[in-house]
Amino acid sequence: MTMLKSREAILTGAILLLLILIATRFPGFVAPANLMAVFNDTSPLMILALGQMVVILTRCIDLSVAANLALTGMICAMLNVAFPGLPVAVILIVALACGAVMGAVNGLLVWKLAIPPIVVTLGTMTIYRGIIFLLSDGAWINSHEMSPAFTGFPRTQILGLPVLGWLAILVTAGMALIMARTPMGRSFYAAGNNPHAAVYTGIDVGRAQFRAFVISGTLAGLAGYLWISRYAVAYVDIAGGFELDVVAACVIGGVSIAGGVGTVLGTILGALFLGVIKNALPVVDISPFWQLAISGAAILVAVTFNSRSGRTRGRIILKSVEKAT
Amino acid sequence: MNRILQLTMTAAMATGLMAQGAAAEDMRIAVVAKALGIGFFEAAAKGAEEAAEELGEVEIIYTGPTDTTAEGQIEVINSLIAQRVDAIAISANDTDALVPTLKKAMQRGITVVSWDSGVAEDGRMAHLNPSSNELIGNMIIKLAADELPDGGQVGLLSATTTSTNQNIWIEEMMKVMGDYPGIEVVGTVYGDDLADKSYREAQGLMQSHPDLDAIIAPTSVGIVAAAQAVVDAGKVGEVNVTGLGLPSEMAGAIESGASKSFAIWNPIDLGYSATMMAYHLAKGEVEAAPGAEIPIGRMGTVTLDETNSAPMADPFVYDESNIDEFKSIF
Repeated sequence: MTMLKSREAILTGAILLLLILIATRFPGFVAPANLMAVFNDTSPLMILALGQMVVILTRCIDLSVAANLALTGMICAMLNVAFPGLPVAVILIVALACGAVMGAVNGLLVWKLAIPPIVVTLGTMTIYRGIIFLLSDGAWINSHEMSPAFTGFPRTQILGLPVLGWLAILVTAGMALIMARTPMGRSFYAAGNNPHAAVYTGIDVGRAQFRAFVISGTLAGLAGYLWISRYAVAYVDIAGGFELDVVAACVIGGVSIAGGVGTVLGTILGALFLGVIKNALPVVDISPFWQLAISGAAILVAVTFNSRSGRTRGRIILKSVEKAT
Repeated sequence: MNRILQLTMTAAMATGLMAQGAAAEDMRIAVVAKALGIGFFEAAAKGAEEAAEELGEVEIIYTGPTDTTAEGQIEVINSLIAQRVDAIAISANDTDALVPTLKKAMQRGITVVSWDSGVAEDGRMAHLNPSSNELIGNMIIKLAADELPDGGQVGLLSATTTSTNQNIWIEEMMKVMGDYPGIEVVGTVYGDDLADKSYREAQGLMQSHPDLDAIIAPTSVGIVAAAQAVVDAGKVGEVNVTGLGLPSEMAGAIESGASKSFAIWNPIDLGYSATMMAYHLAKGEVEAAPGAEIPIGRMGTVTLDETNSAPMADPFVYDESNIDEFKSIF
């Protein structure tokens, strides 16, 4: 437990160090208003990463999040074009429901048909993107076709922070509560940490995985509406490849790909770490040819660090066993 | 035996004469789209009709397959050959697949030109490009410079570091920078044709260059994202977004004032010019050979290069005066 805490402390330190480094090249980056903007910009990544974290905890992976986001976003945009007067609250409910249904499809295939999650979500990822093409006929939905209320919602400021950022905070708080205080939250850790032991304690591992996918899907749906309304454009390739950023945020945040290990705080920090890099690279004047390499290196360093700290933990358990005998 | 041959020959000649007579009355030019029901091609057909009206004695057959496939276009061409049209002007779904069928058409004396999306050299007599890299490169900087009479800073938002089109256009733009004194390019960033990355890169440009006056994005994803970033940063009026985009996608940016003007080819002009080109070649007034100058009505003349293709004109500029007319077209 102290190990996990220190990992988050180290990640916080890394983010602060990164900010200082950026500030030496571009002081304006660390202005409070800009940091707020970075947080706001990273909000969709945080929301998606929290959903992904739950899935990875149960030893699964959800590669369809970005496609789910794009499909939900397209459905919301088309609804808005067809019924411009529809209140944003209704759109939000539709977005959450669409996302949940798509997540449930993944979950059911993993639970009932026992297909490996990476295969299931790789398949549904393509299917969801395909459906967007069928729905839209490949055409774009543009800002002038969307209603001002639709695009204005994530931009509305409350106490200086846009609604988009507040939603990320709300989702974080909700997920922290679920993970720490509900039987369902605990079952995710149990199902991923030791599935056999989890079964003996009366936890249905398949059901836990199904629920994890539904949570991930619902959050992807929410992010879908937010994404489309923020960038005010909807088309087939929206957020292409974003699922990898989401997985990377989890991994950097200390969520173990092997399942069972990971925290809400860590995931948020992981997403923020990536968010800071993404927002800083354009302003620190680094050649675009280096940008990808830098992002990739950050991920590798984090993974190496994770696996090393995991190994140390194993040794401690062995030592204590030796002492006991 | 001899007599039969003579008879057939006379008959053939007679038919030939009759066919020629019909052609002199009304030249039939087929304008073939990639697929029917696409706004861009419907607009091109409108341009073709305009050319026909101007020329007189020309009948336009606007046709195309129902989906954008080469097979569909081959069927369409075969039926046009059967109808003995005088000329075919086609925007091809495949560079090579149409060559055999179009060769057959040319053997039957039909004039074949391609426009917009070209056919391989063997399959057509001439090709009409909407524009050229030089013209596009010049146009994108001109659009920015026209709004900055006293000079200023511009930033470039491209697609990816490896995308051929954008990089050639930017290269061509850099070559003519001397013609626009006072305009300084302060940086080139790459949005990878992703809405979110382009948005962030545009934000970055505005942050690292607080005095930035314009963002040039020669990519349809980038220009839309940059316009949105300018609106969200509250810099409408300070930073002008321009480049290449589609009217339907840019209507919002023009309306909000984030973009004063942008460019892309005009489909009406393109259909008009392709028809003119087909007409003059079919009349036999000009021979399709490198260096040949073909008049294209109100658009001036085009000169064929060594591959028998020619650029039509500068990209067409769209601003608040004409955006409403074009946003429903493409």
